[in-house]
Amino acid sequence: MRDDYPKPAPSEGDAPFWEWCQRHELRIQRCDDCGAFRFHPRPRCPECQSARYQWTPVSGSATVASFTICHPPVLPAYADRVPYNAVVVQLAEGPFMVSNLVDVDNDAIEVGMPVEVTFVEIDEELTIPQFRPATVSQSAAR
Amino acid sequence: MNSTDIVHERAAIAGIGQTAYAKNLGRTELDLACEAIVAACDDAGFPVADIDGISCYSMEQVTEVALITTLGIKNVSYMAGTPSGGGGAASVVGLAALAVASGQADSVIAFRSRNRSKAASYGADPLQGGRPWAKAGTRLSDWRQWHHPFGVAAPVQEMALIARRHMALFGTKAEHFGMQAVAQRFHASRNPNAIMRNAITLDEWRESRPIAEPIRLPDCSLENDGALAVLVTTPERARDLRQPPVYFLAQAQGGGPIHVGLADYFRTSASWDERDHAGRHIAKQLFARAGVTPDDVDVAMFFDHFTMAIPLSLEQYGFCPLGEGGPMIESGATRWPDGSLPVNTHGGSNGEAFIHGVNDTPEAVRQLRGTSTCQAEGAEIALVTGAITDPSGAILLRR
Repeated sequence: MRDDYPKPAPSEGDAPFWEWCQRHELRIQRCDDCGAFRFHPRPRCPECQSARYQWTPVSGSATVASFTICHPPVLPAYADRVPYNAVVVQLAEGPFMVSNLVDVDNDAIEVGMPVEVTFVEIDEELTIPQFRPATVSQSAAR
Repeated sequence: MNSTDIVHERAAIAGIGQTAYAKNLGRTELDLACEAIVAACDDAGFPVADIDGISCYSMEQVTEVALITTLGIKNVSYMAGTPSGGGGAASVVGLAALAVASGQADSVIAFRSRNRSKAASYGADPLQGGRPWAKAGTRLSDWRQWHHPFGVAAPVQEMALIARRHMALFGTKAEHFGMQAVAQRFHASRNPNAIMRNAITLDEWRESRPIAEPIRLPDCSLENDGALAVLVTTPERARDLRQPPVYFLAQAQGGGPIHVGLADYFRTSASWDERDHAGRHIAKQLFARAGVTPDDVDVAMFFDHFTMAIPLSLEQYGFCPLGEGGPMIESGATRWPDGSLPVNTHGGSNGEAFIHGVNDTPEAVRQLRGTSTCQAEGAEIALVTGAITDPSGAILLRR
């Protein structure tokens, strides 16, 4: 991987997200008091203001809320993959997340597509959650 | 007028001033700000040293102290900053009006200075010159860690994701953004201060480079240098100065999420429903206090980092129902001279210049003075807004 790839250097509060990704597990904060999931990480629940939470596993099922196809690389690190897609997905648990889709042609992407998480190792330091079209069984289960 | 806002009949715009807008002026932001402030005072016939308040974006790099010491301002009684880039475009002026209306200051300068062209002289500074996302580095501890590893780093990509959502929900077409781009480039072609003087056709828009689909190059704000300033004073003093005063009807602000945190923007704002998020929240307060309705507005300057902001702003500020912003553009309503609500008659951020939208207020003032190069006939009331995708604010002005 290019050495100019932009990587998280997370604070204490943000680091668990990336550490769980490193283990190929998608976990986000869930409020101990009202049960709401939230993303990105933050010290309080925006639904009930509670400071108590757990890093909780989520299903990895999501739908595409929006997408774009990026043409000129706005950072040099993106140059070798243009044109590429970027998406906002909504996790089955509610929160939204910026990511990318894999295993799909850019011109086949649609808002509302069911997708599921897959972990992509950028290098030994960084693994990111990306999404691929959901398998039939998971789509049917929803 | 039945405005109940504190700024009504207690504050007026007496002067506007600006530098040239260009791709690379080769001057510091302080130097540009001073030129714009002196020009605004000259426009009004007002002594620079008598400025007693300063209002700007909280991200502004030219400090109050630098202005006071460079321009020989005797002292100031009021200093204020407004959050976000783009969102505060109208609020820098709104804060100045609040200070004057409440008696905290008599004559407040609101300004913005930017040295942001790609080749700007001060490009090594992390906040001046060039593109901030290109200087963020490879170790990200702020919000950028949730976007950059996925290839989303520039505002154009964030706005593309917001625009596509609007298209999916309401049937808005990318060509609606293109039609607004064409209208604004036509407006710019008549504005001698605009950077882009050549009008374009919709076919040329269709053939232009996609940047982040659905957004194409002519939809994007320019990357340029320039500064402008607006002098706000009491109506009594304004009436003794050189220009016909432009009065405030109301000012209002609103919070909410921002495009650089797309997870939160989508959580609360990307359904554009009846929830009270930034634009709708501002519009409710603004029109209620001003005692007027969108039908009373003759001309609007909507903040337009990208032309996709225009349909969203038309809807959130109540000029059309939700989802009708695109068709309203297609009807020609936003295009001077025949449109019912000419929008961004200076050419906006893709035509005149991108000075973080603060250059929208001087154009509203020119409209109400009757001196715009795309003059809306008989314009009496003008709306100026901040970014629809940021913590934001708006002002309503009358002649």
